[in-house]
Amino acid sequence: MDTLSQLHSRALEAVRNAGNPQELEDLRVRFLGKKGEITAQLKGLGALSPEERPAAGAKINEVKTAVADAISARKAELEEQALAAKVAQEKIDVTQPGRRQSLGGLHPITQTLRRMDSFFTNIGYDVALGPEIEDDYHNFEALNIPSHHPARAMHDTFYFDAGTLLRTHTSPVQVRTMEHQEPPIRVICPGRVYRCDSDLTHTPMFHQMEGLLVDTEVSFADLKGTVEEFLRVFFEKELAVRFRPSYFPFTEPSAEVDIECVICGGDGCRVCSHTGWLEVMGCGMVHPNVLEASKVDSTRYQGFAFGMGVERLAMLRYGVNDLRLFFENDLKFLRQFN
Amino acid sequence: MKFSEQWLREWVNPDIGSQALMDQITMAGLEVDGAEPVAESFEGVIVAEVTECEQHPNADKLQVCHVNTGTETVQVVCGAPNARAGIKVALATVGGVLPGDFKIKKAKLRQVESHGMLCSEKELGLSDNHEGILELAEDAPVGEDLRDVLGLNDLAIEVDLTPNRADCLSIAGIAREVGVLNQTPVSATDLKPVAPVHDDTFPVTLEDTAGCPRYAGRVLNNVNVAAQSPIWMVERLRRSGIRSIDPVVDVTNYVMLELGQPLHGFDLDRLKGGIVVRRAKTGEKLELLDGQTIDLTDDVLLITDGNGPLAMAGVMGGEQSGVNTDTRRVFLESAFFAPIEIAGRARQYGLHTDASHRFERGVDPSLQESAVERATQLLMDICGAEPGPLVVEEDRSQLPEPAKIELSADTATSSLGLNIDVAEIERILTGLGFEVSASGEGRWAVTAPSWRFDMEIEADLIEEIARIYGYNRLPVTVPKAALGPRGRAEQKVSTDLLVDRLASLGYQEAITYSFVEPGLQAAMFPKEHGIELANPISADMSVMRVSLWPGLLKAVSHNLNRQQERVRLFETGLRFRATDNGTEQVPMLAGIATGSRLPKGWYETGEALDFFDVKGDVEQVLGLIKGVGFEFVPGQHSALHPGQCARIERNGKLVGYIGALHPNQARQLEIKQPTFMFELRLDKVLKAELPSFTPLSRYPASTRDLAVVVDEDTPVSELVNSVREKAGEDLENLTLFDIYRGKGIDSQRKSVALGLTWQNPSRTLTDDEINNLMDSIITTLQTRFDAALRS
Repeated sequence: MDTLSQLHSRALEAVRNAGNPQELEDLRVRFLGKKGEITAQLKGLGALSPEERPAAGAKINEVKTAVADAISARKAELEEQALAAKVAQEKIDVTQPGRRQSLGGLHPITQTLRRMDSFFTNIGYDVALGPEIEDDYHNFEALNIPSHHPARAMHDTFYFDAGTLLRTHTSPVQVRTMEHQEPPIRVICPGRVYRCDSDLTHTPMFHQMEGLLVDTEVSFADLKGTVEEFLRVFFEKELAVRFRPSYFPFTEPSAEVDIECVICGGDGCRVCSHTGWLEVMGCGMVHPNVLEASKVDSTRYQGFAFGMGVERLAMLRYGVNDLRLFFENDLKFLRQFN
Repeated sequence: MKFSEQWLREWVNPDIGSQALMDQITMAGLEVDGAEPVAESFEGVIVAEVTECEQHPNADKLQVCHVNTGTETVQVVCGAPNARAGIKVALATVGGVLPGDFKIKKAKLRQVESHGMLCSEKELGLSDNHEGILELAEDAPVGEDLRDVLGLNDLAIEVDLTPNRADCLSIAGIAREVGVLNQTPVSATDLKPVAPVHDDTFPVTLEDTAGCPRYAGRVLNNVNVAAQSPIWMVERLRRSGIRSIDPVVDVTNYVMLELGQPLHGFDLDRLKGGIVVRRAKTGEKLELLDGQTIDLTDDVLLITDGNGPLAMAGVMGGEQSGVNTDTRRVFLESAFFAPIEIAGRARQYGLHTDASHRFERGVDPSLQESAVERATQLLMDICGAEPGPLVVEEDRSQLPEPAKIELSADTATSSLGLNIDVAEIERILTGLGFEVSASGEGRWAVTAPSWRFDMEIEADLIEEIARIYGYNRLPVTVPKAALGPRGRAEQKVSTDLLVDRLASLGYQEAITYSFVEPGLQAAMFPKEHGIELANPISADMSVMRVSLWPGLLKAVSHNLNRQQERVRLFETGLRFRATDNGTEQVPMLAGIATGSRLPKGWYETGEALDFFDVKGDVEQVLGLIKGVGFEFVPGQHSALHPGQCARIERNGKLVGYIGALHPNQARQLEIKQPTFMFELRLDKVLKAELPSFTPLSRYPASTRDLAVVVDEDTPVSELVNSVREKAGEDLENLTLFDIYRGKGIDSQRKSVALGLTWQNPSRTLTDDEINNLMDSIITTLQTRFDAALRS
C-alpha cells in the first residue's frame, strides 16, 4: 500500500494527465468519492490511537484538499481549452457578403422632392395635391392667361378637348387652394406636369414644385429671403443667388432666380453655358387678378409664389447629365441613388 | 432679338464694357441669351482697289489683278468671277492671317506671282457666301484695315425677350432701357418728314377698324430695285440674323429692327383699286410670299385690293403683290394691328414671322408715320425713290389708350420691403417714357407710354421701379407668420411610409409616363376606357394610363432586355379613367417583381419567386395600416393569371389586385419568367385605426393543434375564418403552420395544420372548455368543408 505521500503524488499526476471532463470526474470518484482511496485513508484513522489521530487526520485532509483543488484547476483548464477549440472551429470569413434581400430605393426625383418638401413643411407650409387632367380655367384663365395670351405659346399644352388638358404647371393647385382656404395660406404643390415637347433637354412629363404664401403683409423682400434660404439649404452651400426681372402672367413683379453654378462655382463651364449662373426657378408677387379670380381680396392680402423644376434641381444636386434618364427606369441608373 | 452692339452704342453709349453692358441688360429683365463676335478673327486685311484686271496667261479661270493698297500697287491672282477693275475689295496682304490660322504668303499661281489674296465673305468668316469676292462700297477708304471699316470688332448680342416686352424688339427700345439704367442720354435717329416730290397716292379703306385702327401708306416712284443695299445696312441686318434680299425688303427690315415697326412694300403696279383692310371671307385663298397657298378663315385680318387678298395682315405678304426685280413703284405700308387680332393667327397657319412676333405682342401705335418717314429717306438714298405724300387712315377711337395708373409710394414700399426715394421713382418712370404727375403727398398719376402694352395696374409700375433700381439691391427678409397649431390625424397614413417599406423590401421606385401605348393597355384592360390625348407627342404615348401596370411592365422589359434578371419596381401616381361622372383620377401604389426570390449568392441558388413572396411584401406594406384587416379573395383580372389572382379587399370592398402576369401579356411582351404584380388604391387604403389597449392576462394560455384534410379548392382563408368564428372570444392567436399535399393524402385534397392559443384575461380556462370549443370547430369544418381530421 502506498504511503500518503505516494498517494498524493499519484493523484496529482493522474489529475494532470486527465484529458477531458469525464476522466476528471472518474478521478474525483476514484480518489475523493465515498469509496475513494483518500476517503479510505480517513476511514483507516480509527486504527490509530486517539493521540495520533488528529495529526494524521490533518495530513490526510491536506492531501484531500490539494487533490480537490487540483481537480478544479484542471477542470477549468480543460474547459478553457475546449472553449478555445470551439471558438477556433467556429471561425467564419466575415468578409463573405451578408444574406439578405436586395436593396431597394427611392427614385432620385422622389428623394429630391422630399428634401424640398421638408424645407417648406418645417417652416409651416402645407402640401397640396391636385388633378393632373385639368380644366382650362384652372390651368390658364384663373392664372391671368386668357386664351389669346402669347404666354400660352410657351406652354406647349397637351389637350383632350378644347377645355380639358394636362396641367402644364402645378399652379392650378394654388388656385384650387385659394378657392377653398381663407388666408393666411402657406402651401407647396409638388407633382407631375406635362408639356408637349420632347428632345435632349425636354421630356413630355416632368415634376414641379410650386409654393404660395398669401397673408396681409408680404413683400418681395420676403420672397427673396424664402427663396435664398431654400436654395442654400437645398444645396447645403452658401451660394450666390440673384434675381432677374422676368415675366409670368400670374405674378407682378416677376423674377427668374439664378444661382452661382454649382458645377464650376461660378467660373463658367459647359453646364452654365460659361455664364457662371444657373437658372433654377421663377417667382414673383401674386398678380392681383389671380387673387381676385379666386375670391381673395387683393386690397387686403398680398402673396408671393415660386415654382421650380424638380429634375433640374436633381440634376444639379447629383450631377445627372441627361434628363431622359429619369424616365427610362434603368436599374443601373436608379440604384446609383440607393 | 439679335442686334449689333455697335449699332446700339450709336444710340446710347454708356462708359462700360461689353460684358458689363450685357450683364446690365440681363439684370434689367432682357435676358442676354448669347453674344458672338460678328466676324471670326483675322488680321492684315485691308481695303484695296482693283485698278486693272487681265486674263491669267496660263489659266482660263484666273485673272491677274493689279491692286492699289494705298501705298503701292501689288499683283494678285484671283479666281472670282466678279473680280474686275474699279471695285473696292478686301485684300489679305502678305503676312496677314485669315480665320482658321490661314497665313497669307507670297505665292506663284501657274507661274504668275501673287502678293496676297482677294477675299470672299466666307473666307473672312462673315457668312457662308462664297460666290465671289466681297465688294466694298465705293467710298470705302483704300488702305484702311477692313475690321475698322466694317466695324467687325463688334458683338452680335441676342436677347431672349419675355412676351410682355415687345417694346424692346428694336434698337430704339433697348437703347431706351440702357439709357435709363446708366442715366445716359439716348440719341434717336433723325426722323424728319421728307418732302413729297409728286402727288401720287393710293386709296386705303379700313373696314375693320378694330383690327386695324391705323394705316399709314406712301407711294414711291422710280424705285431702283437693282440698287445695292449699302454694306453697313447689310452688315447690321446680318448681325441681326437677317439676310439681305433687295433694297426695299432690306430697308423695311432695317427700320423694323431700328424702330420696331414692321413695314411692308407692295409692287404698286400690281395693285388694283385701293387697299381695303377687312376680315377674310371663308373660302378665300392667299398665296403667301413663302410660296404656300392657305385657305383663309373669317377670323383672319386681311390686306386686300380690288383683286382680293394681298397679305395676311401683320403676318406675311402675298406672293403676287410683293416687290420683285421688275418693280418700279412701291406702296409702303406701315400699320397698327390690334394684338388680339394677330395673336394666334400665325400659329394657326404654322407661321412665325418677325412681323407677327411683334404685332401679336404689340407695336407702338404712335410709330407708323415716323417709320414710313425713316424708310422713305433710306429708299431715297439707296434706290432714288421719289416719295409722294404720306397718307394716314385711322379710327382713333379704336387705338389703344395709354394706361393711366395711380401710384403710391407707400404701396411701393410695402410691396418691395424698401423705402425708395420719391425722386428716384420719378426719375425711373420718366426715363422709361412714363408721364408722371404728382397727385398728392407720395402719390402720382402715371400715364404709360404708347409702346408699353404690359402696363395696367400699380404692381406693373412697381415692377418697373424695382427692375431699374435693381432686384438685387432690394432687401432680403423672411416672412413673419403666426405660429398657429398644426395637427396631423394619427389615422392618416402617409404614402411615404408605405413606399419606404417597399424600398426596404428590395423594390426600386420607378417613374413612368402617365400616357402609355394604347395597344398594350387595351390588351391588359379591355373593358377600361383610356382617355386619349388630342395631340400626343407620339403614338406610343397617346392614351392616359388606367393603371400603373403598363408603364411598370415596360420598365421591367427595358431592364430584362439589358441583362437584368431580377427586377423589383414600384411606382405611385394617378391613374385616369373616364366614368359617367367625368374623369376619375385616383392615386395608386403598384409594384412588380420578377426573377429570383433573393439575389443570387453563395447562400442562394436563385430560386424564382412566387405569388406568396409578393403577397408577403404586400402584407408587409398593408400591415402599416394599423388595426385594419385586408382580405385576399380569389379573383379574376384580365391582366392576371386566372389561377393566380386575388382581389385585395377591405371590409368587403375592393382596394386592389395582386397576381401573376397573364401568360398572354407575358408572351406579348416577351417576358419569359414568372412575373407578379400588385396595385392598391391609395385613397381606399391609407386610413388606419387607432390602437386600442387590452389588459394583459396573468393566467396561463392553453394551446391545441388541429390538422384537417380538405378539398384542394377550399380556400385556406375561409377555413381559418370558420375556425376563428367558432373559437370564441378567448382565442388569442391562430397560426397556419403547415399545408401538406402528397403521400398519405388524396391527390385532390390537402392537409391544413393550425395552431390555436386561448387565454382569458381573468381566469384559467379549463380543459373541458377548450375541448368543447375544439369539438365545435371540428364539427363546423366537417359540415362546411367536408373536412376530415388527420390523425
